[in-house]
Amino acid sequence: MPLNTQPNLAKPDDFYAQLIATHDGLSEDESASLNARLILLLANHIGDPAVLQEALNTARAGAA
Amino acid sequence: MIQDRYQLAFKLYPYARSADQDAAQPVRHPVVIMGGGPIGVATALDLGLQGIPVVVLDDHEGIGQGSRAICFAKRCLEIADRYGAGEAMLDKGVVWNLGKVFHDDRKVFEFNLLPEDGHKFPAFINLQQPYFEKFLVDRVRQAQADGAPIELRGKNRVDSVETHDDHVVLNITTPDGPYTIEADWLIGADGASSPLRGMMGLDFDGRVFEDSFLIADIKMDNEDFPTERWFWFEPHFKSGASTLLHKQPDGVWRVDFQIGWDVDRKHELQEENVRARLDAMLPGVSYDIVWTSIYTFQCRRMKQFRHGRVIFAGDAAHQVSPFGARGANSGMQDVDNLGWKLGLVIGGKAPDALLDSYHEERAFGADENILNSTRSTDFITPKSKVSHVFRNAVLDLAEHHAFARPLVNSGRLSVPCVYDGLSLTGEDALPGGPARSRPGSPCPDAPVPDGFLLGKLGGGFTLLTLNVDAPDTLDEGGITIKRLALSDVSGRLVERYLGDAQSAVYLIRPDQHVVARWDRFDDAAVRAALRRATAKG
Repeated sequence: MPLNTQPNLAKPDDFYAQLIATHDGLSEDESASLNARLILLLANHIGDPAVLQEALNTARAGAA
Repeated sequence: MIQDRYQLAFKLYPYARSADQDAAQPVRHPVVIMGGGPIGVATALDLGLQGIPVVVLDDHEGIGQGSRAICFAKRCLEIADRYGAGEAMLDKGVVWNLGKVFHDDRKVFEFNLLPEDGHKFPAFINLQQPYFEKFLVDRVRQAQADGAPIELRGKNRVDSVETHDDHVVLNITTPDGPYTIEADWLIGADGASSPLRGMMGLDFDGRVFEDSFLIADIKMDNEDFPTERWFWFEPHFKSGASTLLHKQPDGVWRVDFQIGWDVDRKHELQEENVRARLDAMLPGVSYDIVWTSIYTFQCRRMKQFRHGRVIFAGDAAHQVSPFGARGANSGMQDVDNLGWKLGLVIGGKAPDALLDSYHEERAFGADENILNSTRSTDFITPKSKVSHVFRNAVLDLAEHHAFARPLVNSGRLSVPCVYDGLSLTGEDALPGGPARSRPGSPCPDAPVPDGFLLGKLGGGFTLLTLNVDAPDTLDEGGITIKRLALSDVSGRLVERYLGDAQSAVYLIRPDQHVVARWDRFDDAAVRAALRRATAKG
């Protein structure tokens, strides 16, 4: 199964607001830690190494 | 003059004048080994027990002080047992199974090595390196008494070598002055800073890790510290960026502090400064300091382990971080791999090309060890901010969520590699056979009626038959294969060698790795597999 890059969130605005709200009141370092924990939780949930590799590549393509 | 570079724990091979020093012409030896450490002495044992004359040259007169390597893995002990030294190590060693991982002041989780039953040796023992080496030298003395042609020459320092197509010339310094010998084969077992590698101008490239570690071996009578491996990331007592506590024999504990790259070694090694770290970690505990040392490390290997008549083994050929206990343990696997190949080539029973497979197989093993050891190091000593953030995220999650525990890497403990798909490895024609004993694997041990399987395999090629008939011996190109017949097998043997099959035939190398396996005896297939395993196919 390839990485799904088509819309898959039922309520995108709700999710986005939840994501930002989860960081409320945190310092930059605390937010970075939260993000790392979140990535690890989601990666484990996905599990499929091919999907994870594709996600890593796609994310990296946005960087220098 | 030969100055000692370190103090000795055991003076075992004092300098004695050799007849070679008075010979009119340089004496030629079949095999000379540079380095009397564990790898050199084990190589001498392997060859000497085959009846091949071997001379070990060491620039000291015995075994250096300091616990150094302390974790010896099952496969390493099985190899030592093949040479007759494994039981002494097991008797002296500390067996451990439980590991605990801490972050700051919290226990993140614990792991159990969950030892399988039906093996002669446990997953690991802790044993100070000088004992490991002494048991090997003790075994050499015993083998010599039984006629094994092994010589250990102390205070014999090799100053230069000249390599030729069919031999090597060694120029040696002794307390009585210089002399010269020749060797058909020279084994470089002279450690991570191998002078031999330097003399031959050979590469040794890899990655430097910018961190220092302070080892303090302490002796204490304290029941509060059980026989477990305790590892702290960022400990609350602030004695290091990470800290390891691990028990050794004689009431001694290894404490290992990660102390950073830019350190003043002399300052850090002063007793009061070592004690300050220890006291913060062990408040109110009394102890004696047995040995201290600061080490740094690299992960690297030689591009080629074999250079004509010169073959490198152990740390001289490859170096890893200590995390995972992959140094001495993998060096012993080099010895195991090299001994029988060199024996067959010297005996004219296999072509010279068989020795190229030593590099192929052991460089493959070294790469696996370097990969694992590098990953452990990157986890223990994160080198960027983001790497540090992810490392701590793993530790935070591991405390409450099982999924994160396999990501915690405080050292992936040494296991032997499988020579999958390499030149000597033959066919897998055993449908339903267990993956763990597939061709290329080291044979898993298992109980047999009067002992353990590995002890029955002997020093040559073995045809292991389970529930199937076959000839007692086969001769192929001057090599004899001896059959080990097991019938009505049950329990562990079924689990480890039959799987879903009803019968099986295994061709096993002298180093106890599986060449090939079948569900029945096929004379032509066994012979073809033997030719392949000896570089004749």
